[in-house]
Amino acid sequence: MKGLPLSPTRGRGLIIGVPWFWLGLFFLLPFLFVLKISLSEPVLAQPPYLDLIREVEDGLVSISLNFGNYLLLWEDPLYRSALFGSLKISAISTLFCLLLGYPMAYAIARAPSHWRLPLLMLIILPFWTSFLIRVYAWIGILKGNGLLNNFLIWSGLIDQPLEILHTPLAVYIGIVYSYLPFVVLPLYATLVRLDLTLLEAAADLGCRPWKQFLTITLPLSLPGVIAGGMLVFIPVVGEFVIPDLLGGPDTLMIGKLMWTEFFSNKDWPLASSLAAVLLVVLIIPFVALRHFEQREETI
Amino acid sequence: MSSLRQLKPEEPWQAPEGEPIIRIENVSKRFGELYAVDGISLDIHSGEFFSLLGPSGCGKTTLLRMLAGFELPTEGKIYIDGQDVTNVPPYERPVNMMFQSYALFPHMSVADNIAFGLKQEGMAKARRQERVREMLSLVQIDKLASRKPHQLSGGQRQRVALARALAKHPKILLLDEPLGALDKKLREQTQFELVNIQERLGITFIIVTHDQEEAMTMSSRIALLRDGRVEQVDPPRRLYEYPSSRYAADFIGSINLIDGHVLSQEENRVVIRSEEAGGDLEVIHSQPLLAGTPVTLAVRPEKVRLESGDAQLANRVSGVIKEIAYLGDVSIYHVELATGKRIQFTQSNVQALAEQPLNWEDEVVLGWPANSCGVLTQ
Repeated sequence: MKGLPLSPTRGRGLIIGVPWFWLGLFFLLPFLFVLKISLSEPVLAQPPYLDLIREVEDGLVSISLNFGNYLLLWEDPLYRSALFGSLKISAISTLFCLLLGYPMAYAIARAPSHWRLPLLMLIILPFWTSFLIRVYAWIGILKGNGLLNNFLIWSGLIDQPLEILHTPLAVYIGIVYSYLPFVVLPLYATLVRLDLTLLEAAADLGCRPWKQFLTITLPLSLPGVIAGGMLVFIPVVGEFVIPDLLGGPDTLMIGKLMWTEFFSNKDWPLASSLAAVLLVVLIIPFVALRHFEQREETI
Repeated sequence: MSSLRQLKPEEPWQAPEGEPIIRIENVSKRFGELYAVDGISLDIHSGEFFSLLGPSGCGKTTLLRMLAGFELPTEGKIYIDGQDVTNVPPYERPVNMMFQSYALFPHMSVADNIAFGLKQEGMAKARRQERVREMLSLVQIDKLASRKPHQLSGGQRQRVALARALAKHPKILLLDEPLGALDKKLREQTQFELVNIQERLGITFIIVTHDQEEAMTMSSRIALLRDGRVEQVDPPRRLYEYPSSRYAADFIGSINLIDGHVLSQEENRVVIRSEEAGGDLEVIHSQPLLAGTPVTLAVRPEKVRLESGDAQLANRVSGVIKEIAYLGDVSIYHVELATGKRIQFTQSNVQALAEQPLNWEDEVVLGWPANSCGVLTQ
């Protein structure tokens, strides 16, 4: 390197190269492993699958690809309903996160500037406690003789404890609670940047406050809505801990199913093919969105 | 200094029975401890091109924002068309504003931006499209209707902002530094267009600007503001020729200010003894002045002439040329008097490449008639 000036293109290549290298090493490569396992035969051994490429006799190599897992995923209604169940839970949770998070982000963005940082801290503060502990805490709140039921009985609203824990409702509560900060932060970032003279211009042209929100603020904060929505939707589809702890036996989510296949049934190839299918399902809306955005820009 | 408009015989602000379209009554606006606007009263008449002129921080923008309804006055009342609008929200006021930053809606096309106000009114689609077309051709951007704001140049955005503000046919248009973001050439060209549009549509324009030349060129009247108060309200010509204070004289154009005190007054001829000028000076002034009153004599550089011997100039001073600034059309000379006071005068460069008639360190005698200078008492 000595005496060799760093040209701009090489400098740029170096900087872009780091994340590429990182993604390649810790994302693409592991995914290729998963893909490989998903195409192999399960066996009772260590590791519990057969290699795709095997030496049968001296010098003779056999390559066997097993698409049976993917066929099974397609044919067995269990996996399909788990996938659609996950997507449904994820979509509904994302919607509620946005409905709750938007007013919060809006209020913080419009608060006096010296209030914004403390309010943002309150949003981020729960991250300082372990995620697992916070989900466990919800068990204490939601269970039959938990905080919520005791309070409702004490206040005379009900006389029998509500059955919330181990129902889909508990899963929704847990997910919306855990993922709320992920929509508030990107929404705040777009709302705080919104040029307030645009609202003045709208008011000047005869637009009332509520309509100003619908015609100016909401459309201009859509990037934040999409970013926040993605940050909730994608991880929630594969969520395992919350449905496992708060959900009941009928809460079928693909993350839980994957865990069962992998650890209980020791069927690594099937679990891997589930993971591969999930990734494809999640990538499709992303690609569609990118396509849509690029079309928007060229118009 | 030139005015784009013909001096019209009728001057609405002179007619005592004329009802002003805007009446600002003793309006103040306080931010914390600071008065941004401090007791301003103004009457603005229908069809005027009225400028609020002043340096930054003089309260001109705050006053405009109170007319639009974005700020509420701390004290005072605002009437538009005889109706008290002091506490009426912006979306119910019969005024429209063109913003300094243009504030175009980035997610809407040019046509949608212009149609926005009409949509709020509930105008039918066909009429709306007709009006948008009309506005587009008024500001000459017919071909840009489907573009988004980020695809436009600065000058084109300015036109869209103007078209959007005019689309509802408001009686009053407020313009906040409308030409501030344009380069000099485009600005001069747009000044003419603004005046043409204003005269064609007969709308009252109220414009905020810090650019005195812009205000002089376009306005029917100018209100010169200083620290939240009105310093002087007059048509451009009057403001230039008869400034009422040192501040007004200094803000508009350049001027020589010579301190002294009143020696005597005979009818309207005042004699001022000035140590700065090293002698007595004469000026025509109709108001009575007490002998001994400290005053300032103000004379514009273009009114000061080279003494050629035969001309009868009431005021004379002599000195040495210290600086020459060649501006193309005119040259500005700085002459240092024996007292150390510097006097500026300008001369048109009539002949190209003529031998320079005046040079550094030349001794010259300057003069000006008694009726082309003024007396300032404050």
